[in-house]
Amino acid sequence: MNRFNARGATAAILFLSLAVVACARATPELPAPLETPAPAPAPAASMADHQHMPGMAMPTIPKGALYTAADVHFMQGMIAHHGQAIHMSRLAASRGANPRLLRFATKIDQSQAGEILLMQGWLRAHSQVAPGMESWRTMSMPGMLTAEQLAGLDAAKGAEFDRLFLVLMIKHHEGALRMVADLLATPRAAQDVDVSVLANDVEVTQSAEIAIMQQMLADL
Amino acid sequence: MGNARSISTIAMAIALVSAPALVAQTYPSGTDARNGLKYGRLDAGTAMNGMRLVSFTPKAAEFDSLRGLTFVNSDLAFRGNYVYQGNFSGFSIWDVSNPSKPAKVSVVSCVTSQGDPSIVGNLLFVSAEGGGNRSDCAKGGVENPRDHMAGVRIYDVADPRNPKLIKNVQTCKGSHTHTVIPSPTDKGILYIYVSGSQGARPDSVLAGCKEGEDPADETNSMYRLDVIKVPLANPSQAEVVTGARIFTGMTPAARRSGGRGGRAGGERGAAGADSGGAGAARPIPQYGPRNCHDVSAYPAMNLLAGACGSYGLLVDISNPEKPVRLDAAADTNFSLWHTAVFSNDGSKVVFTDEWGGGTSPNCQATHMLEMGGNTTLTISADKKFKQHAYFKLPSAQTAQENCVSHNGGLVPVPGRDIMVQGWYQGGVDVIDFTDPDRPFEIAYFDRGPVDAPPAPGDTAAGAMGRGRGSIGGSWGAYWYNGLIYSSEMARGLDILELVPSAHLSANEIAAAKLVRMDEFNPQSQPKIVWPAAFPVVRSYLDQLVRGNGLPAARTTAIANALTAAERQTGAARGRALSALATQLHRDMNGAKDAARVHAMAGAVEALAAISK
Repeated sequence: MNRFNARGATAAILFLSLAVVACARATPELPAPLETPAPAPAPAASMADHQHMPGMAMPTIPKGALYTAADVHFMQGMIAHHGQAIHMSRLAASRGANPRLLRFATKIDQSQAGEILLMQGWLRAHSQVAPGMESWRTMSMPGMLTAEQLAGLDAAKGAEFDRLFLVLMIKHHEGALRMVADLLATPRAAQDVDVSVLANDVEVTQSAEIAIMQQMLADL
Repeated sequence: MGNARSISTIAMAIALVSAPALVAQTYPSGTDARNGLKYGRLDAGTAMNGMRLVSFTPKAAEFDSLRGLTFVNSDLAFRGNYVYQGNFSGFSIWDVSNPSKPAKVSVVSCVTSQGDPSIVGNLLFVSAEGGGNRSDCAKGGVENPRDHMAGVRIYDVADPRNPKLIKNVQTCKGSHTHTVIPSPTDKGILYIYVSGSQGARPDSVLAGCKEGEDPADETNSMYRLDVIKVPLANPSQAEVVTGARIFTGMTPAARRSGGRGGRAGGERGAAGADSGGAGAARPIPQYGPRNCHDVSAYPAMNLLAGACGSYGLLVDISNPEKPVRLDAAADTNFSLWHTAVFSNDGSKVVFTDEWGGGTSPNCQATHMLEMGGNTTLTISADKKFKQHAYFKLPSAQTAQENCVSHNGGLVPVPGRDIMVQGWYQGGVDVIDFTDPDRPFEIAYFDRGPVDAPPAPGDTAAGAMGRGRGSIGGSWGAYWYNGLIYSSEMARGLDILELVPSAHLSANEIAAAKLVRMDEFNPQSQPKIVWPAAFPVVRSYLDQLVRGNGLPAARTTAIANALTAAERQTGAARGRALSALATQLHRDMNGAKDAARVHAMAGAVEALAAISK
């Protein structure tokens, strides 16, 4: 996003180079990996169509509730979506990612792990099935990596990992934006304030992170 | 803003800010009094330093529920003895004439998330964004999209016991927050800048709305802040008059991929995708800000700081209907530029990063200190940003406490830049940012988590999401007429008072308390002017002592001269002060902190002038 034009690119690259220097000076102590909660009963089938959630079943919505089946599916699907982003991010340390990318991956890990707990809490508070952290292995949502892409990322090292991570995570984030757009386009959805705030946070954060990743990609 | 002037701003805007600053901060190692506080909604343990709790008043019964975010308190606005407290389900008006016992004046139930309030005269403005907000305020959600209220509600609160909804101003994208800006030329006109990150509603729901991808398209609802013009004498005529297109030139290409008709982005991005094993070359669209989360106006300086996506913006608002972007700063550590506070002289601005959106516990010891905190930017004479240090709440919080930097405002201590800020369940923090490279904490107030942590091995509690904790804490904390008011999301209203400490003297607190405002909306920052008074002079003196700005022999002599002058009255006092001022001008020569001595001399002269 900072590459508005040729002049912008120069300014941006200068900025990013300086940023790398600053970051290298301030390499954070990496947090211990978050504890993986016991996975919820895993859905048996993998899903081709995110509108239907085999294994999640059609949720029962109490009469008079402000939320809809689309909200429940959004929360369930976003847990899986986030779960895969966390899995991707946790590869960074052992694949020799550059320090700046490692920090960014750690941030995605920490951000999305927090949001998963929030979404699980919401689903459980409304007596809905709450998928676990590993549910991404059996659910498919927009922007999620195919098995082949995941294997490619898994095998990549160093600079190749950095580049692939950014390309694939941008695509992954765009999928999250697609999920939010789909939710908001669904009649009566996103009226529950917790769902609405979460969807908004995903939209705002992941849009900005895509911009940041584009900067990082341009700087590789 | 498709004029020649906006084109000239493009080049300025792309000159991005220089390197992020060095991070020197670390969490304290184990001795912080905020560690291990007992949980509880109304009986949590507290820790405080440099301040005391004057009163805590629980939420009104109407909002007294922990059901998710449905009934949380949001931001504050102030007028006279009244505090206006937003809530996701309405608002409360408190009479704080007696701050140790605030009186509930009225509670309005009206589903309005997030309920960001502003008060101007007898008009209360409240931001509405959430999908369940109805034009008629009722619960139960929106059945017909045309009944959805997303924009700014206007109440007449001339009788604070009986607020009346007089208009819902609908905006295409709703209102996450808003900022009031008085017309510089017409006292009868108020502008409201509306911020929010949602997309636009379709034209079929609200006429004239369009979610387009072309930033240059004047009919596009995106890439603009909606500007509402309010004729104060006739507020029912308030309407959206224009869009502040402060992003022009920042976003040359489409924002979204996937069938939205966006054109291709940068060459390198496309090449990256191609060799990423994804098959055919897939253009990566460029993402730029289309909106702001919040903007902070400083009308006396004609400036506005916009927290917009992955950017902080500096904008000239000399003409509120035609704002002009002056500069933009980006920082890859900040993913959610959230809000801003200017220093009183307009030479600095503190931007916050609401990493995680406020609902996540992002102040744990494992979290990076340069994310989810503040950063100070200086503003040069030619109105360019330069980024300096980060600051994060220097107290690791638990996994039960949602925490990140949030809303605050200045504490009017002369000679220093001090702000007070809410950090959700991280509590209330008072921060000195006088030196943009060395911000530091000078006071705090904190409570334990709202919820209990799950007991060891209690998987049932963990499975119910209890381990996550309820959302609560200080949404915003502000200095208003001598005290600090903090809006506690889950609990109610806290009123705090600063007490002297090594970092803040009794004189500095007394000088701050001399600053009185009739009305205060934190996102529309007033220029602080101190009256001529002894505590103001002594604030500068205390600062010179603390920072060794003058030799001890001189500060002692000045203190004695002030004491002697204060004992005098009338013209004799005036003569004594004038003599002191003359001496102070001599003291500037060779002083380590001549600028502060100069400021003190000015304060002494002002005091001499009123001593007749």
